[in-house]
Amino acid sequence: MKPAAKPSFVKAMLAVVWKDLTAELRSREVFSAMLIFALLVVLIFNFALELEAGTRASVTSGVLWVTFTFAGTIGLNRSMAQEKDRGCMDGLLMAPVDRSAIYLGKVIGNLLFMFAVEVVVIPLFSVLYNVNLLKPGLLLVVLLGSVGYSGIGTLLATMSVQTRTRDMLLPILLFPVVIPLVVAAVKASAGYLQALPMTDIQPWLTLLIVYDVIFLSVAWMVFDFVVEE
Amino acid sequence: MIHVRQLIKRFGPKVVLNKLAFDVSEGEFVALIGPNGAGKTTLLRILSSLAKPSLGEVSVAGFHLPGQAASVRQRLGVVSHLPLLYGDLSAAENLQFYGRMYHVSALDQRVKEVLQLVGLSHRAGDLVRTFSRGMQQRLAIGRAILHNPQVLLLDEPHTGLDQDACDMLDGVLRDVAVTGRTVVMTSHDFVRAQNLASRFDVLSRGKIVASTPANALSADGLQAFYRQSLEQA
Repeated sequence: MKPAAKPSFVKAMLAVVWKDLTAELRSREVFSAMLIFALLVVLIFNFALELEAGTRASVTSGVLWVTFTFAGTIGLNRSMAQEKDRGCMDGLLMAPVDRSAIYLGKVIGNLLFMFAVEVVVIPLFSVLYNVNLLKPGLLLVVLLGSVGYSGIGTLLATMSVQTRTRDMLLPILLFPVVIPLVVAAVKASAGYLQALPMTDIQPWLTLLIVYDVIFLSVAWMVFDFVVEE
Repeated sequence: MIHVRQLIKRFGPKVVLNKLAFDVSEGEFVALIGPNGAGKTTLLRILSSLAKPSLGEVSVAGFHLPGQAASVRQRLGVVSHLPLLYGDLSAAENLQFYGRMYHVSALDQRVKEVLQLVGLSHRAGDLVRTFSRGMQQRLAIGRAILHNPQVLLLDEPHTGLDQDACDMLDGVLRDVAVTGRTVVMTSHDFVRAQNLASRFDVLSRGKIVASTPANALSADGLQAFYRQSLEQA
């Protein structure tokens, strides 16, 4: 019995993405939970905040990122719980692949779920709050913020899902770590909404990029240790 | 094929495996029996590279653990009491996914072969969450043998199955065993294990305390041997 060759990093990573997307297209469990939550948050804030035109631009960026952050947490929890509940995480870890390929596959899957929710929320948000969010700069901020959030969120969800209190533990672990990311995303988003000069927005964009690079690299390197018993 | 010496596994202050020695030759089918908490699952988790030994020497198919874990994983199939399958994927999709993770060549053909071997060809396109426990366990065996592993580890594969499902599972396991694979199975079902295994090892308090060829004893004799081994341990 000759053993099969070790699969390439990219093939293993894409296999994980394919698996997550195929399963999600069937169940829509992660997407629907994230979307319903996001829509509720958007609606609640819309009725709760009587916004004047002047304050709208500064407040809506905060509401937008609260929506993405909370909905993202639900998605991360569900995505990792599916791996844990039927022992599938063990099945993944026993595959002869670089474990960082599994991590990146899960990050890409979670990121795609976030993007799917954002594609629905952003136009709706624009209508309800009467602000134009479909600006290239703002969409870049959403992209950078989502990448960083999924990157560190996937790592911490992998840790929290091992515990009995996983639903509570993930936000407790995740929110302190993503504060710099969320602050930078809110500030950069507000800058684009208020049409501030690029010199005011650039530091926040730089912080987002640096955060993404550092935390994705660290998470990639430590994932193998996190999943060790 | 499997070589374990002076294996110690601790969880905090608790010693689960205590200087355990264990050898399995190529093509052997060994049944590991022992009371709950004896360390059977922990031993299998170490052999499958999911847990690291605290101390001691472990090698599978000539590769040391944990240092050469990736090489061991290529040669290893594992069936646990959890199916390790995705409920929202079909039987064929589950095998295709794991086949990609193991870089199985001619994957579509191999998936068909395996589904036929475990008697699930007619349910290939059905979602796993619609399967009975017995069907899931048969598919789990299919997943474990998909990449033609040299070594198969089975952790209480009969757990939660009714008699018919157990009989069907035994049939699949016999087919798997005759292909010359090395198999280690933990079980509490002595009668079923005796029909499958070539050797019994008794594990108690983290050590192998007795060993006997499976055909050397009757079913009653095996029960008596087991009790005597535990009393003497």
